[in-house]
Amino acid sequence: MNPMNYVYLSALLFSIGAAGVLLRRNAIVVFMSVELMLNATNLTFVAFARMHGNLDGQVIAFFVMVVAAAEVVVGLAIIMTIFRARRSASVDGANLLKY
Amino acid sequence: MNVVTLSAATFQTPSVEYRQLLPMLIVFGVALLGVLVEAFMGRTARQHVQLVLAVGGLVAAFVAVVGLAGHYGVAVMGAVAIDGPALFLQGTILVLAVPAVLAMAEPSLDRGGVFTSAGSSVPGSEHERVLTATGVTQTEVFPLTMFAIGGMLLFPAANDLLTMFVALEVLSLPLYLLCGLSRRRRLLSQEASLKYFLLGAFSSAFFLYGIALLYGYAGTVRLSGIAAAVSNGSGSDTLLVVGTALLAVGLLFKVGAAPFHSWTPDVYQGAPTPVTGFMAACTKVAAFGALMRVFYVGLGGLVWEWQPLIWAIAILTMVVGSVIAITQTDVKRMLAYSSIAHAGFILTGMVATDTVDARTGEILGVSSVLFYLLAYGFTTIGAFAVVTLVRDAGGEATHLSQWAGLAKRSPLVAAVFTLFLAAFAGIPLTSGFTGKFAVFSAAIAGGATPLVIVGVVMSAVAAFFYFRVVVLMFFSAPAPDGPAVAVPSALTTMTIALSAGVTVLLGVWPTQVLDLAAQASQFVR
Repeated sequence: MNPMNYVYLSALLFSIGAAGVLLRRNAIVVFMSVELMLNATNLTFVAFARMHGNLDGQVIAFFVMVVAAAEVVVGLAIIMTIFRARRSASVDGANLLKY
Repeated sequence: MNVVTLSAATFQTPSVEYRQLLPMLIVFGVALLGVLVEAFMGRTARQHVQLVLAVGGLVAAFVAVVGLAGHYGVAVMGAVAIDGPALFLQGTILVLAVPAVLAMAEPSLDRGGVFTSAGSSVPGSEHERVLTATGVTQTEVFPLTMFAIGGMLLFPAANDLLTMFVALEVLSLPLYLLCGLSRRRRLLSQEASLKYFLLGAFSSAFFLYGIALLYGYAGTVRLSGIAAAVSNGSGSDTLLVVGTALLAVGLLFKVGAAPFHSWTPDVYQGAPTPVTGFMAACTKVAAFGALMRVFYVGLGGLVWEWQPLIWAIAILTMVVGSVIAITQTDVKRMLAYSSIAHAGFILTGMVATDTVDARTGEILGVSSVLFYLLAYGFTTIGAFAVVTLVRDAGGEATHLSQWAGLAKRSPLVAAVFTLFLAAFAGIPLTSGFTGKFAVFSAAIAGGATPLVIVGVVMSAVAAFFYFRVVVLMFFSAPAPDGPAVAVPSALTTMTIALSAGVTVLLGVWPTQVLDLAAQASQFVR
């Protein structure tokens, strides 16, 4: 199978993730959409690694997983504190700072 | 179809030049020590030990940077570049971080310090009240700051895009947390933290997808490899152009350039003020370093494609920052929009890519930006430190109406803030004038005269809202129940004195630093 198809698939997944960030209201779901974007990027890296015949892309995918895990730690901590203070994880509720 | 072959011969042990990585290793080492101190040290000594450790680490790292001066090459198998711009920016970040950390450690303005006793306590809860009453304070802000500084040191030195991405996350993740730890106005602070985190993660996903597409184009993420692929012109142009654009989105977000600036005012306003000063100065330095390295080294062959884009973004950023700042009523928010406008001024200097001074061989675009970043960084940290002094019962009084007649309450503080505003506006005999002169003359030499005209007009617009604050402070009657000017401890005093000193020094006698920036303007390729 042509590995370019995986690149198209990853572009589709990335777009779904980006749309999710922009459209969803719950901070957790927004955050999950960001994770989907990162994982779509991983698929791109692995597909290109296969096409170029070198290992760089596969190694990068591991780095991205580690970074995404670190981001989960920080992100969930922030969303948790917000939820405990406001009893809501809606991004529409966080509207004290404007103009 | 190529099949990936795995054999022992293809793997070689990487060489690690520890000597050249010393500044980063010191900072990360001190950050880890800070985590141990936080875990095992008694609560009374903790604050002092953390502060001494952090400042000592920064000074030691700065000495290590000075020891590497003049080095020009790559380390760790080409993953990290140790060259003029990298060392200059690392030195800049370290000298800016010292006053920023001193301001964060300020103990006397708020009882218990600037930061909340425990980030996990719910604002207004019994738990928080008990912690405040007993005076227990966690000091995790110091290790977090040191981790962020470590990432900032690596970011402008990263010579491949993977290292750059990891450095971006290492500098960003601690900053997201630092934003949410204010003692006063925790809800605003946490909201700033959430907004910064979600938008930052969104933009770094774009950054990463840009890296993936450039990897697909060139088959490598090393900047020199991408430059070689661009000059061969063998790969798919679609991947190259889309990849470059997405990469630029991620970098311009960190810089705070329009149209990716929308997080800046909210985050700068909500974050604890010393953290805002630190972020505004040091993140900008690191992000501009990385932006220049990507565009000069990796994508230098593509200059005719990206230069119009940077032109457009520079103009948009200057206009958006200067014009929207006029309508602001909050000091921190006004300074945030002013920082957006300054990002535009710096981008103006960046346009002069290949303008080489025939006499000295200095690249004007790089050297002027290096100087501007140093000058602007000190002024910003000083200005935000002054904002922490004007207080009423509810904490910092940041609404502009509360600043009316401030000179009657404290002529000294009003005069120092006027100095910083004059530097932002670019009045002669301050560092802001020298910096603006450097970037605008570099842009003219690079043939970007229209950009400079927009820049000068926008500087005039910006001068209007800076001097509106000056007029407010000196020529308005103070409100009867207005805020008082608190007397800080030696720490914040040192921060403000150092910033004011450098602001004047770089305005009156900038030759040494300009020469240094000129010598450091050559990227390793």
